[in-house]
Amino acid sequence: MSEKIKMATREAYGKALAALAPEMPELVVLDADLSGSTKTKEFAKVAPERFFNCGIAEADMIGVACGLASCGKVPFASSFAVFAAGRAFEQIRNSVCYGKQNVKIAATHAGITVGEDGGTHQAIEDIAIMRSLPGMTVLVPSDWVQAMWAVRAAAEYKGPVYLRLGRLAAPQVYEEDRKFEWGKGLLVRPGKDIVIFACGMMVSEALTAAELLAAEGVDAAVADIFSIKPLDREFVLEQARKCGAVLSVEEHTVLGGLGSAVAETLAEAGLGLPFARLGLQDQFGQSGKPAQLLQHYGLDGASIAAQVKALLARK
Amino acid sequence: MRTEEYAAAMRREIIRMLAAAGSGHPGGSLSATDIMAVLFNEELRIDPKDPRDPNRDRFVLSKGHAAPALYAALALKGYLPVEQLTDLRKLGSPLQGHPDANKLPGVDVSTGSLGQGLSQACGMAIAGKLDNKDYRVYAVCGDGEQQEGQIWEAAMLAAHYKLDNLTAFVDHNHLQIDGDIEKVLSPEPLADKWRAFGWHVIEIDGHDLAAIRAAIDEAKTVKGQPTMIVAETVKGKGVSFMENQASWHGSAPNAEQAAQALHELGEG
Repeated sequence: MSEKIKMATREAYGKALAALAPEMPELVVLDADLSGSTKTKEFAKVAPERFFNCGIAEADMIGVACGLASCGKVPFASSFAVFAAGRAFEQIRNSVCYGKQNVKIAATHAGITVGEDGGTHQAIEDIAIMRSLPGMTVLVPSDWVQAMWAVRAAAEYKGPVYLRLGRLAAPQVYEEDRKFEWGKGLLVRPGKDIVIFACGMMVSEALTAAELLAAEGVDAAVADIFSIKPLDREFVLEQARKCGAVLSVEEHTVLGGLGSAVAETLAEAGLGLPFARLGLQDQFGQSGKPAQLLQHYGLDGASIAAQVKALLARK
Repeated sequence: MRTEEYAAAMRREIIRMLAAAGSGHPGGSLSATDIMAVLFNEELRIDPKDPRDPNRDRFVLSKGHAAPALYAALALKGYLPVEQLTDLRKLGSPLQGHPDANKLPGVDVSTGSLGQGLSQACGMAIAGKLDNKDYRVYAVCGDGEQQEGQIWEAAMLAAHYKLDNLTAFVDHNHLQIDGDIEKVLSPEPLADKWRAFGWHVIEIDGHDLAAIRAAIDEAKTVKGQPTMIVAETVKGKGVSFMENQASWHGSAPNAEQAAQALHELGEG
């Protein structure tokens, strides 16, 4: 593998938009005064006439995106996940999803790795609320390679998409030429004792956990569920049956997100396996360095490995 | 058809469909009728045979609860049979309680949640400018709707981006569900607010067809600014017992009331 690059998925988003700008004339980008942080500025540099700063007015931004989409444009609207999914939730519900508008919401600074800005700025419930909307696709890329793919795939897909992106420079998981499939789960590391379903940056933390466990003789599989919705149920069940124990890990509340989606799938299939959900346990985040926060909330590799061992004791 | 007749026919259809549905919003439909009659009968460059023509004028009913007025205007224009209007609010009908663009041709975007239509109209106006198209975008807002913060977000954006291809109306009938808008939460002085937000403002009698016509024409001559037409209206206009009654915001007439209303509206 060529040398790995650490890069935030928001950086990849900005690069992908800029790359798409010349080849996709219908692409338009909107932001709510955070273009330097969401990286939509990269698009504004190459296609200023198709970039619209809507000011600190997220609700209006989503509506404007809908109007543009209704006229054949492909709008990407960006802000921090707390404001995009939270502040503008009902606009996303009624104007975007009920209206079946071809709007892409690219929300950055999702999860606790926002760091020092603290709990007000760390979206921990956006997957849950976006997943609940009829017609919404929810993508959580795990590294910059996948994020680049996801931006292009979302632009080409017709319909509402919520793209969850991170602030923190994250490890590269995939080779640059890696191909991904819309709506599919992806086995990143095979294993036979337990499968860890993860999304976003938690995929690389889960891989770290798997390395630590391997040294102790535990063979953990790691699966990337970058498409939370649609969820690749068959893949989830297949991996669960193969390993006989399941752990979900997400930088999000355990209520309604990836863990819930996996739990629904296992329960509906009647799979009563040892299963646990890691994430925020019905609590908000707080200020701190991203690495400290991951450790504090039990989402770093070592903590995940410890949870795996506890779970396997129930097997 | 003369626009006076178009408006009168719209009002009769509004009453008929609401009576058939047994629920809905007569007051704000009747107050917006004359504005929409001028738009649909005289102004809008639209064609029922090609409802998705990219060059068509756009119409956004930001006060989506006045859907009966929109459905009546569309039916009279030929988008759907007039007889179908009594399917309003029935299971499986394209005539949803609030306008659904995916179910009824002629509806440009889905609305109903107040405050959201004007932003969508702004997006359409920006798209028109990006594509160098000469279509115009029209939006009708409620006066109670002016209490939504999103309206003022859209107001800033439309002025900032100089959306002179956008003409909006406030159907200023002074009443909302809970009563007098000035008692619930006053949005006044409305015209001054829109001026302060950078819009070209025209104040008219919203039931004077010539004044509506003239305001629409004036808006087309304005460069570099969107236009807001503050239209002074009467809630329930045309039906004596509904006029200026907040209680007719969201309740349908029964058979007897409908018969009286239709008689007043010149049913022959």
